[in-house]
Amino acid sequence: MKISFNINGTPQSLEVEGNTPLLWVIRDVLNLKGTKFGCGKAACGACTIHVDGEAVRSCSFAAKFAEGKNITTIEGLSSGDDLHPVQQAWIEEVVPQCGYCQPGFMMATAALLEKVPDPSDKDIDDNIVNICRCATHYRIRKAIHRAAEIQTNNI
Amino acid sequence: MSESKPKKKFSRRKFIVRSAVGVGVLLGSGYLTRSIWRRSLASLANSAEAPFMGDTETPPLWFEVRADNQIILYSPKVEMGQGTFTGLAQIAADELEVDISQIKVVHAPTSSGNIDGLSTGGSTSINSLWQPLRELAATMREMLKNEAAKMLGTTAAELTVKDGVISGNGKSLTYGDVAKEVQEWDIPDVPPLKDIKTYKYVGKPVPRVDLRDKVMGAPIFGMDATMPGMLYGAVVRPSSIGAKYVSADTSEAEKMPGVVKIVKEADFVGVIANSRMEAEKAKSGIKVTWDIGKNWQSEDIEEMIRVGKGDPVVIQKKGGSRRILDNEEGVITAEFKSPIGAHAQLEPNGALAFVEGDKATVMISTQVVSITRTEVAGRLGLAEENVNIIPTFLGGGFGRRLHTPNAMQAAVLSKAVGKPVKCFFDRKEEFQNDTFRPPTHHVLKAKLGENGLIKAIEHNLSSGDVMFGSPLFPGIAEPILGADVGAWRGGMIQYGKIPNFRAISWRVKLPFATSWWRSLGLLANTFAIESFMDELAIKAGKDPVEFRLDQIQEDEAGYRLKEVIKAAAQKAGWKDGVQNGRAMGFAASTDAGTPCAHVAEVSIEEGAIKVHKVTCAIDPGLAVNPDQVRAQCEGSIVMGLSAAMYEKMTVKDGELSPTIYGPYRMALMKDAPKEIDVVILENADAPGAVGEPPLGPIGAAIANAVFRLTGQRLREMPFELS
Repeated sequence: MKISFNINGTPQSLEVEGNTPLLWVIRDVLNLKGTKFGCGKAACGACTIHVDGEAVRSCSFAAKFAEGKNITTIEGLSSGDDLHPVQQAWIEEVVPQCGYCQPGFMMATAALLEKVPDPSDKDIDDNIVNICRCATHYRIRKAIHRAAEIQTNNI
Repeated sequence: MSESKPKKKFSRRKFIVRSAVGVGVLLGSGYLTRSIWRRSLASLANSAEAPFMGDTETPPLWFEVRADNQIILYSPKVEMGQGTFTGLAQIAADELEVDISQIKVVHAPTSSGNIDGLSTGGSTSINSLWQPLRELAATMREMLKNEAAKMLGTTAAELTVKDGVISGNGKSLTYGDVAKEVQEWDIPDVPPLKDIKTYKYVGKPVPRVDLRDKVMGAPIFGMDATMPGMLYGAVVRPSSIGAKYVSADTSEAEKMPGVVKIVKEADFVGVIANSRMEAEKAKSGIKVTWDIGKNWQSEDIEEMIRVGKGDPVVIQKKGGSRRILDNEEGVITAEFKSPIGAHAQLEPNGALAFVEGDKATVMISTQVVSITRTEVAGRLGLAEENVNIIPTFLGGGFGRRLHTPNAMQAAVLSKAVGKPVKCFFDRKEEFQNDTFRPPTHHVLKAKLGENGLIKAIEHNLSSGDVMFGSPLFPGIAEPILGADVGAWRGGMIQYGKIPNFRAISWRVKLPFATSWWRSLGLLANTFAIESFMDELAIKAGKDPVEFRLDQIQEDEAGYRLKEVIKAAAQKAGWKDGVQNGRAMGFAASTDAGTPCAHVAEVSIEEGAIKVHKVTCAIDPGLAVNPDQVRAQCEGSIVMGLSAAMYEKMTVKDGELSPTIYGPYRMALMKDAPKEIDVVILENADAPGAVGEPPLGPIGAAIANAVFRLTGQRLREMPFELS
């Protein structure tokens, strides 16, 4: 079927099988590799993207539901040369180790900060439930608080 | 360091220069490979002096100087998150006299000849390359200066170098300017290395060189690799332990949309399709007949992993512990267990392969670049030099990528269609076809002397294989080593003042693959020994920190271990007992020459163990990048906490489970301590192991705190409160 949506600000119209997970459309058809495959069952969060501003695990989101939506991936999180506060904070805190899960964590964090601009530790515990095997959780928490600070100061 | 390092030098005739792309400085690496099996294996297991085992056949490419003064450093070690690329860039920048931004570290493809014949693992990357890389970089700097001197009409001694710009006689040339003009290089002897104190980057918390790519989502991993005209493959993998492929009915799958070809080999069946989804669907349409032997259950495995079964090998002995422990009254005995552990790295295994005629190219996340090449070449009957393995960044390693038959499978599929084929595991296949951390059983016995110190102690360990059976260590290594030094990592008695001790290994061959899991046997062995030390301290009525300090020998290793124990206790404000509902637990270990001690601050919240803070002291020797040493400690602590508190694979009706994150419970944000305080000591003048040693003490540190809070001695990972 034909599906049209905006991704990272650019309109796209594609012929895809409607039940294909959006993850594979993004990765293999649109060649945006920043969104990762981890489990295929929405259990790890490595494939987190934004669909109309909501954090969505794209491995379990059928492409047909993307029709008419605004989609953001890690490649579109920052605009131009200005780093998104989350990416800025991730750099300041030197968060990534292997880095594979980090786009998912950053996308989940960016979505959280839209709703909860200054999340408490409890907010983070309840909302950021991705998997990181290098176990960078300690720095992720610091970076989330730092991102909130940057975002608040930018306004 | 307890042993002095032999000085490594390369001779000038082994340096040759290639100018095909910019300047390749090629170094014959025979000097790097003198380590014989025995020495390299033993040092991997027990000392900080790990071997770098380069290829002896081809002079490898290390550096390429580009015309724009960018220097490409081809790393024979892969970057899997441990920060090695950053450390190598720091080391090279300092000896080359360039700004670190001028250095780009890339994975050396096997076509560069810069191949590490061993692996990236065992916390060996920085320490094994510390000396050779400095010598290489310093030599290249001198080569560039010598050529610049000719071009500037002066002598090398008159030249100054800063940020890759050589100045003298009133003029300046960049390294790139010099490199592009030179046809034949003079190779000097290795110049004296700089005083470590004068280094600009080594020893400093330089940000990771891969930071921006990883934060922006750059396509750097094996799974991100693409080639024009690429197809997608899928291989059917068994769910059952020990299943052997017999045959496949592919009649239905052949008719499925997008299927290009189905490939039936003697040992596996795979499908090639136009998209990943089509390949996966067709895969599930293939009906495979497996030869499944025994219908294994968890109880069968537990029965096998038991001290006393199999053949014992004494791996450490002092005095006459057996006589004391068999005959005297008041012997204290304790048992501990650890479960089957999964690697659970986020990036699944797989590869992108393109076989064209008698050549093959494979892009892959691998820790064993050289073995991957041998496997692909062997399976396809190609000459090794015609197989180019291009390592990518790894979405986690942890030992999972020491076994890479997936490269061979992708290559077989590619050959069948004459196009590039990308072929990856799904998550269930990852969990069921992992090379697991073996389960363990520990029996500890000790007798306290009248002075309240340990008179005799023994550690008996039963474990599945770690190093044995690995393609890294062919059968020849087993008779040399006797016991599996991987299973044994952290399993020896580290308190040298104890007059009588023994450590005994019982080997068990399990029906599923077991192998290296970050820190090998260290986590389980330290959990057992350091929990037991805590019990003994309490029996002796002594403070557990003092109890340990009192029994450490007076040598360099002992000094360094004592210092980390004291530093951790001091930084944490160590106090035994329960305060405000929280208790501290203490544990220490030495791994690969690096001592480390943890203090865990724990409470019980709503019936569950809650770790609030971990204070860690580590002495890795010279810390090339203190911030990345910290990062490795933080990661090791939380990964070890996860394994000790939550993780467990079970066997039911012949299948390993769980097969997905969540049911395979791992530490989440809510479980990770909110405070991790790392103290770095540097009581050795060369870099030592970092990536694994801090995993050792975490399980015991938490368990020892829990005992103070509940009176329950945790004897089995994952922890469960009764």
